[in-house]
This record gives sequence, structure tokens and C-alpha cells, in this order.
Amino acid sequence: MAVEVRIPTILRTYTGGEKAVAGEGSTLSEVIENLEANHPGIKERLVEAKDGDSDLRRFVNVYVNDEDVRFTGGLETSVSDGDQVVVLPAVAGGSCAVGHVDTRLSKTAN
Amino acid sequence: MLRIDQETYDAIVAHAKRDHPDEACGVVAGPEGSDRPERFVPMVNAASSPTFYEFDPTDLLKLYREMEAREEEPVVVYHSHTETEAYPSRTDIGLAMEPNAHYVLVSTREHGNSDGPVEFRSYRIVDGVVTEEDISVVASLEDLRSQG
Repeated sequence: MAVEVRIPTILRTYTGGEKAVAGEGSTLSEVIENLEANHPGIKERLVEAKDGDSDLRRFVNVYVNDEDVRFTGGLETSVSDGDQVVVLPAVAGGSCAVGHVDTRLSKTAN
Repeated sequence: MLRIDQETYDAIVAHAKRDHPDEACGVVAGPEGSDRPERFVPMVNAASSPTFYEFDPTDLLKLYREMEAREEEPVVVYHSHTETEAYPSRTDIGLAMEPNAHYVLVSTREHGNSDGPVEFRSYRIVDGVVTEEDISVVASLEDLRSQG
């Protein structure tokens, strides 16, 4: 199952500057594993461990064919040949010091 | 340095005053690589909060699709602080994901919804490092283009 994955500016360091790359998999989770195989380090920026499981980071939005995957099963969202996956970091912030906000997406990989 | 035209500057300030005491947010899009903020796009603060802002994920996708179709990028990402100074908070810094953008902060803490001056400051935020920059307000978009 080949899909197109649109990469935001901040993550293009992992894709050699490419705005879009090809991915393989039948679920979003598999597509991300496949991305990681070709662009090591990118998975860490998208997914975090949570209660022994993994989930999308709070401030990463992923859409499959324009549907926010938070409403379609998250990482288990199924994808089909020709689907388009869009990754967009949240545009967010504010004056509060949010203790629970995990902002690691923004940090460089090293 | 951020170069911005007076009308766009005023629109950002007006949005911040209108939404006070909640934080206001939006972008000013411009042609890719031009560094010219030309198209003012106020966004809804999905958090409706005096201390936090977040673009609604559906609006966010729509905005980026639109910018892509027009070959634009977010040249300015702005938001307001309503009780604190116009300086990026730790949250702002941690969540700044557009390394090419000018991050504009407006503070409405002094006059709230009323007329009166606001703090209007601009920063680069790259890999957690904040650098304040000068702001040059020009009379019109034409000036922005001709002096670019």
C-alpha cells in the first residue's frame, strides 16, 4: 500500500528537504514505521510512549485524506493505496507555563 | 528584521484587542521565500483561553492547504499575551515549529479591549533559541514589495 506523506518544514531535515515522501503500510502506525526505516529519527518526533503503549504526540496533527486521525482511530487508522497523509505541527503556545505540555517535538533530534 | 505594512500591523493589534482577555492568534502569509507578510489571516483560538492558544486542527489543515495552493508560507505567526509582557513564554518557545517565521507577540495587558498603545514585538525562535528583532513598519504593501 503506497501512500504519499506530506512533511512539514520543521521535519524536512529528516527527508533531505523533501516536502513529500512515499510511505508503505496498511495503518498509520505501519506507515510511520516505514518512514522511520527510510528517514531515521522521524518517528520520535511524531509518536511518544504513553502508559506502555504509543500514541501521537499531543502537538502533532496527522490527517489521512483530510480527516484528523484523532477521530478515525489514531495510529490504528487504516490507510489504502493512493491515500495522502499530512503531518502538521500544531500552531500553539501561550503565556501559561503548562506543566503537562510535552514540547519535545520542537527539539532537535540530538 | 520584520518588515510589515501599517494596515497589517493595525489588523493584528485590533484582533488582539478584540479577543482580550483571551489570547488572539493568526498568521500573515506571504510568497514562499519572499519574507513579505502580505495576507492577514486571523485564526480562531480553539482553546478560548487567556493563557493558551491553539489553531483548530481542521482550520490548520485548511490554512496550510490554502497556502500551498497559493505558494505561500506563514511569514508571521502572531498571538497575544493578555496579562504578561510580549515575550515568548516557555510554552511558546517549546511549541514554535516554524523556523522561518517571525513570531509576533502583542501584549494587551495595559489597555485590554480599549484604545491605547500595546507592546508589539517580534522574534525568531529556532531550536529553542529566541532572538528578538527590530520591526520596520512601512506605509503600504507596495512599499513592502518595492523596498524588498
